[in-house]
Amino acid sequence: MEAFKIELTMTVNDRPVTVDIAADELLVDVIRDRLGLTGTKIGCNEGECGACTVIMDGRAVNSCLIPAAKAQGRAITTIEGLSDGQTLHPLQQAFIDHGAVQCGYCTPGFIMSAKALLDANPHPTRDQIKEAIAGNLCRCTGYVSILEAIEAVSGSRS
Amino acid sequence: MWQAYETPASIDETLALLARYDGRARLIAGGTDLIIELQEGTHDVECLVDVSRIPGLDRIEQHGDWIQLGPNVTFRQIKESALLHDWARVLAEAAATVGALQIQTMATLAGNVANAMPAADGSVALVALDAEAEIADCHGRQWRPVTGLFAGPGKSAIDPARQMIAGFRFRALGRGQGSAWERIGRRRALVLPILNCGVSLALDGERLAWARIGLGPVEPVPFRARQAEAFLAGRQAGEETYAQAAEVAASECHPRSSVLRASKEYRIDVLKVMVRQGLARAAAQAGGT
Repeated sequence: MEAFKIELTMTVNDRPVTVDIAADELLVDVIRDRLGLTGTKIGCNEGECGACTVIMDGRAVNSCLIPAAKAQGRAITTIEGLSDGQTLHPLQQAFIDHGAVQCGYCTPGFIMSAKALLDANPHPTRDQIKEAIAGNLCRCTGYVSILEAIEAVSGSRS
Repeated sequence: MWQAYETPASIDETLALLARYDGRARLIAGGTDLIIELQEGTHDVECLVDVSRIPGLDRIEQHGDWIQLGPNVTFRQIKESALLHDWARVLAEAAATVGALQIQTMATLAGNVANAMPAADGSVALVALDAEAEIADCHGRQWRPVTGLFAGPGKSAIDPARQMIAGFRFRALGRGQGSAWERIGRRRALVLPILNCGVSLALDGERLAWARIGLGPVEPVPFRARQAEAFLAGRQAGEETYAQAAEVAASECHPRSSVLRASKEYRIDVLKVMVRQGLARAAAQAGGT
């Protein structure tokens, strides 16, 4: 049997959005396929890799594990919401400057986890940064450059 | 994966929906386990009943000697709770070891218990606190020991077609009492535990008044090491006693070899170290040695 339709209203990157979705769609699929915001990636599709990380009401979550219906009335930020189109967000620039991007597939997820951390705690310790990105996997960089990029933005190390 | 998605505003409304769907609905809280199971096709579900918007169910409160948690309390709330850090540290420490931050933000303690996995960090910590869960169904509400809610691996004694967890309660660990959480995995995040162990205890001067030890996954359900607990009651606190209790705990359960985890022999050796360390750390928190 086909799923019922739901009218989903949420805020995405500071803009109100209303979309008709099937009741069994996942948030990551609505973001990518209905809204065309393909910066949010699907890696493992089971909450293990963090490539699908978005910020929901100020907190980093795995959009692959969230029924889109859970986002009803919530505020979602994706990687596309960080830059104004002209200037990169300081985290995006820092990832480039520190060589924290290789293949790039994990990068949006890492940046969203880092942003959620820095929004709540602008000057985290290295351990707090590690905790914030422990749910994000990178198979290229070895993480050190990612830590350095986030630290550079947080000002916790020059 | 499912056809309808309901967001009831109360427990009564939730129970009415479960009754209406007569076994074809599933409760969803954080969804971090359920969505994976549904994608794997292990359940045939017509409707998801999302309890996460029921107001007032996400509180951590102290009432006299008791601490009470609503069913929508997440692992992130538990990890960040100063109240639980002070009065039930084993649970706060366990919450910090679940998955990773994204999972902790969504996943609830009630979902962890309802999934009935023998390695569930939240369940094993609750066992170490001798916690009770309030089970709601159409007949009313009933407090039941958490240890009695597990029927087998992934099989809950709570009837998903007509019951839900309405809360948890346990006694706060006060002066002269302490608790601790031990866990070993292949990495520190996003891995199932090779073993986990929760301990709580009370000191009476130099002696242990009582101790509780939860262990997972060493049996088909979260395990309480009652023989080791009986051994500890009334004994002199200290490393020698903890080492002996660890031997008893290792002899009363059956960790198995597992490709996902480790060999039986390794796990038994590690289990002893974890019980010993857990007891020592809980005793240190209680103010002893």
